[in-house]
Amino acid sequence: MSVSARRRRRLAENVTAYGLLSAALVVFALFSWYPIVRGVVLSFQQVNFVSDPEWVGFDNFELLFADPLFGVAWRNTLLFTGLALVFGFAIPFVTAVLLNELRHARAYFRLVVYLPVMLPPVVTALLWKWFYDPGPGLFNEGLRAAGLPDLAWLDSSDTAMLSLVLVSTWANMGSTTLIYLAALQTIPGDLYEAAELDGAGIWRRLWHVTVPQTRFVLLVLLLLQVVATMQVFTEPFVMTGGGPDDSTVTVLLLLYRYAFVYNDFGSASALSLLLFVALGVFSAAYVRLTKRSAE
Amino acid sequence: MKGAPGPRTLVSPSQLRSTRGRIVYWVVFSLVLLAFTLAFLFPLYWAVTGAMKSPDELARIPPTLVPEQWQPETFAQAWNELDLGKYFLNTIVVAGGAWLLQLAVAVPAAFALSKLRPVLGGAVLGLMLATLMLPASALLVPTYLTVSDVPLLGVNLLSTPAAIWLPAAASAFNIYLLKRFFDQIPDELIEAATIDGAGPVRILLRIVLPISRPVLAVVSIFAVVAAWKDFIWPLLVLQDPGTQTLSVLLQRVAPDLRLDLLVAGLVLASLPMVGLFLVFQKQILAGLTAGSLKG
Repeated sequence: MSVSARRRRRLAENVTAYGLLSAALVVFALFSWYPIVRGVVLSFQQVNFVSDPEWVGFDNFELLFADPLFGVAWRNTLLFTGLALVFGFAIPFVTAVLLNELRHARAYFRLVVYLPVMLPPVVTALLWKWFYDPGPGLFNEGLRAAGLPDLAWLDSSDTAMLSLVLVSTWANMGSTTLIYLAALQTIPGDLYEAAELDGAGIWRRLWHVTVPQTRFVLLVLLLLQVVATMQVFTEPFVMTGGGPDDSTVTVLLLLYRYAFVYNDFGSASALSLLLFVALGVFSAAYVRLTKRSAE
Repeated sequence: MKGAPGPRTLVSPSQLRSTRGRIVYWVVFSLVLLAFTLAFLFPLYWAVTGAMKSPDELARIPPTLVPEQWQPETFAQAWNELDLGKYFLNTIVVAGGAWLLQLAVAVPAAFALSKLRPVLGGAVLGLMLATLMLPASALLVPTYLTVSDVPLLGVNLLSTPAAIWLPAAASAFNIYLLKRFFDQIPDELIEAATIDGAGPVRILLRIVLPISRPVLAVVSIFAVVAAWKDFIWPLLVLQDPGTQTLSVLLQRVAPDLRLDLLVAGLVLASLPMVGLFLVFQKQILAGLTAGSLKG
């Protein structure tokens, strides 16, 4: 093949390739790349849909900082994330380790633990709202059956956030558990045998073999869970609307109010920018720390 | 013990075989079985039977474990009163369209990037993957504004299914999963077909797609499930009640609806996803571990 023929073929291949890529390039440009840029610009603009957007510098941020709900929303979100980690990170790991030892009914365990993951989150939230009902609700009935006092669940600012975390843990633990379980099944059996020969009991084997061998998966899921739970919206929106006493107003719920209740798209964008920066700083710091501890 | 011996895990086989080991095993097994059934199946039983109780029985304290009077006609009543047929259709149109468009956009793009390797292909892929780093909530407001007035085209997509289809099609994750699979297809296969005179599109349709069934199944199932479960985006862009999806409808009518009708509606809205899970369990559980750890 001559040089020019090869070049022509290469050009034709490029044309075909970009032809096949064109649909993706259009949707990414319009619905992903452009909104990213626009989101940043919007944060510094006032948008009222009557006149053109006006550049207002840091006014949107100042407005947010002055809103008493701003601090409340961040505190609530961090509380949710913290509690969700305690439950949603620890319980699935313990469950997975336990399931990995069981030799019977494995298919059943995998099936039922993942079933809630398939339910639409709104369905889960509304079902649980009914379970939490202080009167004929399932949970208080359970407490009474066990001889324990009733709880106010969603109706008290002390327990509302915890109640939301429980729903979210129930709904999502299936995927976490099964990912851990898959990781546990890749651990070579001779590591346990060797540790046992060295005289390590169950707890030491767990700590010195199981945990280090699944470390990568544990760390990745920790990061993903923090990023996901910091964006919690459906549970508070459907179950409490942010109440009682603003105890379940999260950052995303506040963002929703700014954008779609107050129609202040500039401040809402400023709030998403802050959330993005917070998550970005967390992810970067986290990746660095885990890299360093891996060396 | 009858269970499969399986690979060596935390607990040593000799410990398991001892009398004490067997007793401990069966006690732990029974406890886990009971806990899993209570935690994950019982709430679903409670919902299905709750829908079939009469409104009086549903409000009774203490609640009944088994309905005294079975009223399965509540499901039909909920279907009619909520006009569920229409909302099921809306949801199917939204989820089905999102699925088809995601495949139509991602498959050719991933094929071009993987096998045709055009100039700047690496940069394009990088720009797409970079969007995965952004938390979804950071783009809610700018994407909403974009959908309400699409640049260059100047159309308003609000309250049309396209408002969900198009942003869903800009999925870097699909392109990533597909490209990783296509990368494993040997280049020799493509070259042989080229020598036989097949063009890239023919190669994609005749050779690549048939051997990519497993990954196409994973991408398809996840696209459909994600669209069916999504709440916040449909809530924002489907403001016209007649165009809403099941999740948005249920959330909207929940505060004023008779409890037995609401619970029946929740059960009905979950059935398609539960059915899908029972049919495609293997693919879903395999895709879960393949998809969640992108590294």
